Parts: sequence; structure tokens; C-alpha cells
Amino acid sequence: MMRTRFQQGLDDLKEKLLLMGGLAESAVESATESYLRRDPSFCQKVFSREKEINQAEREIDEMAVDLLAMQQPMAIDLRFILAVLKINADLERVGDQAVNIAQRTLDILQGTPADIPVDIGRMAGTVSTMVRRALESFLDGRAEVAEAVLEMDNIVDRMKDEAFITLVAKMKQDPERTREYLDALLIARNLERVADHATNIAEDVIFWVRGADVRHNVKQMRASDDRQ
Amino acid sequence: MGVGIEVNNLNAWFGKAQVLSDIKMSVKPNQVTAIIGPSGCGKSTYVRCLNRMHETVADAKVSGDVTVGELNIYKNGTAAVDVRRRIGMVFQKPNPFPTMSIYDNVAAGLRLNGFRNRRELDDIVERSLRLAALWDEVKDVFKKKSGASLSGGQQQRLCIARALAVQPEVLLMDEPASALDPISTGKIEELMFQLKDQFTVVIVTHNMQQAARVADWTGFFLMGKLIEFDKTQKIFTTPADKRTEDYVTGRFG
Repeated sequence: MMRTRFQQGLDDLKEKLLLMGGLAESAVESATESYLRRDPSFCQKVFSREKEINQAEREIDEMAVDLLAMQQPMAIDLRFILAVLKINADLERVGDQAVNIAQRTLDILQGTPADIPVDIGRMAGTVSTMVRRALESFLDGRAEVAEAVLEMDNIVDRMKDEAFITLVAKMKQDPERTREYLDALLIARNLERVADHATNIAEDVIFWVRGADVRHNVKQMRASDDRQ
Repeated sequence: MGVGIEVNNLNAWFGKAQVLSDIKMSVKPNQVTAIIGPSGCGKSTYVRCLNRMHETVADAKVSGDVTVGELNIYKNGTAAVDVRRRIGMVFQKPNPFPTMSIYDNVAAGLRLNGFRNRRELDDIVERSLRLAALWDEVKDVFKKKSGASLSGGQQQRLCIARALAVQPEVLLMDEPASALDPISTGKIEELMFQLKDQFTVVIVTHNMQQAARVADWTGFFLMGKLIEFDKTQKIFTTPADKRTEDYVTGRFG
């Protein structure tokens, strides 16, 4: 194998991004735990994770830019580094969404528990699976796993739409507790955003492995799904 | 104007050793085409087959068709001299005629073809030096100073001017910048971009980044075969063949 230093640089970059992915994944899980268990201690975890994520984001950007500048990567290596840069930005946004959920939860914990007829736990479970699968697909460059993530995004979108309809109806029935319903709605939306980032990560993995830009095809596919 | 080159079933040998096998390529007019590949892959031999230079080597043999514009260069009756007038060539090492002035270097090809009109010759020399982006640097001395007195990068542009003076349709460049510093290399690369308005350019290069920077089309050669030929952007981002990918990512070669 030639260019061992370059290969080492690519391996280091991958490892660092996977570590960051783990941080982002655990931030989302802690945030939803804090909401589901009504336990503020999990929120603190989320806030400290976010700092680590931001630090990792800067380091990954720097490593990737160094490789681009010093090694002039081509073809699959170039696509890999470009994918890493984009995934890096998505993971950082996942961290931000976790912080939003944690902050919203702290707000909710000020009041008394309301009856929320939406299964946030199930939605959070699906979203976490998407993030984990997207990272798995990145670990081994498995485009077929990434494709499965793209499919799951439709499910999360539907969950969010249902949550929206249910919670808006509840607000009308029970306007006293509008704030609690709205908080739940916003958490559902934060989770849906995390799913969108997982989808972006999966698309970037497919671009890296196959050199194919699937972004528009997938949108067309979804549009035709929606019409059916 | 530049013309296209159609290459079909091109084979080449040095003695019994076959160095090119069944090459098929369609070089687009007024575009820069880069030929890349590891040492010994046949890329220099390939461009030397495009202007009948290969046959100047003892024991060398060629078969197949190369059509430059309308001219089938290997058809019986086609004179090698005519071919080389239409297809100019620049080599790795700048090779100006050392005892001639800059002016005489550029005029040499035309004089060889019997061109004698002094005023027209002056015009062509100036135009060629301008085309080769050398005019501003030599306009005050070009009748006195010898070609050998120039820097390496200037000498290479002088050789380009000399090749352009006979108004070829195609310019072949075999590693034209590999002996030059980055500034001179940058000038040659910029020049290629400008020259393609008027000529078809084929460049052999070891430097993949150079191919990526200058070429519209890139062909990857390996062991005498054309493995992949496509838009440069495709070759360097998403090549179709695993061997191309391994080469452009530096995994071998």
C-alpha cells in the first residue's frame, strides 16, 4: 500500500467522526430520556456533550482541510473527505437539536405533567435508530444500510405529522394546557429534524461509496410516495 | 481552428514488444485532452503515434487508423512531414535551437517550408510569441538574444511558439511542464487553456493534479491499454474503473 501517511490521515478522520457521531447520538438519547423520565439530570449531560461536539466539529474540519490542502485527494478519497465535512456539520446540528429538546424539557419540568397523547418515546427510538444506522453505514461504507435510513425518514415524517394533528386538536379542546402541548409538538419537530440530519448523513455515505448524488431522486421518490 | 482526432484499433510495437494494444479514442476538437498513467504505460508512445513520430525509432511499428480532421495519417501516400506540420509537438525538456536567436527559432519551421516573405514572417513570429505568452518578456531582445539564453520556463514557451508558428491544428505536449518550477508551470497551464480556442491540445502528464487543472477530457492508460476515457471531472471524482480509481488515488503507479 502506497501513501501510508495519507491513509493514516483518512483513518484518523474516520475515527474522529465516529467518536463525534457517538457523542451526538448519546446527546439525543439523553435529551429524550430527560423528557420521558421528567429528570433534569439528563439535561446537564446534553449540555456538556454539546460542548464536546462543538470541539470535535472544529477538529474534524481542520483535519479534513489539512488533508485536502496537503494530499490533493482524488476520486473515492476526495468524496470521502467531502462526505466527512458534510456529515460533520449534520452531527453538530444533531447536537443542537438535542440541546433544544433539553431546554424545552427544563421548561416543561416547571409545570405539572400533562396527558400527552403522542408517543414521543417511540418517535425518539426510531430517530435514534436512524442516527445509529447512518453512522454504521459510514463505519463500513455500506450504502445499502444508508438506503434503509432514507426509507425510515418517511416513517418519522408521518409520526411528526400525526403528532401535529393530535396536539393541535388537544390545544383546541384544552386551551389551559396549550403550553405543554406546544412543548411536546416542538420536541416532535426537533426529533424530526434529527431524522433529517440522519438522512443527510446517509445520502453523504451513498455519495462517498457509489459516487452517486441521490438527493433529488429520493425527493422525487418521496413525492410520488406522498401522492399515493 | 483545431480538429478532432479519431483513433481506431491503434497498436504499436518496439521490435516484438507490443506497447499499445487496440486503442480507440475520439479526441474532441478545441479541447484539452490529458493522457495519464504510470511510467511505461505507453502514454508517450501514444502521442508519438498521433504525429507519426513513433516510426522514427528503429524497429518501431504501428498499425491501425488515426484520422486527424479529414486526414488519415497512416494511409499510403500521406507524407509524415505534412502530418507533423499539422500536428505540432512540445517535449518535456525545452529544446530551442541553441545557436539561433529567439526570432530564428520561431521562424525555423516556416523557413524550412520555404517561407521567405520577411514582413509576413515578422508578423507570424510576433503572433506566435504572443500566443505563447512570451512576447512581453522578449520583445526588446528577440532578434539578438539566443533561445538558449532564456530561462527554462521561457525556453519551453519558445518551443510552444515555434510549434504554433507553422499554424498546426493540433498541439501535442509530452510532459511540457515537468522540468519547470511552479510559476512557469502555471504559465504553461494557463496557456493551454487559452490555446484551445484555436488548437486541439493533447498533453501527456505524470502530474494528475495538472491533468485535473487543465484538461477537459482525460484518458487513463495502463500497460498499453486505454482503461478509461471520459470527462476529466468524471475521471477524478467518480471513475468507472477500479484501476483508474486506484491510480488517481495513488494506491499504485
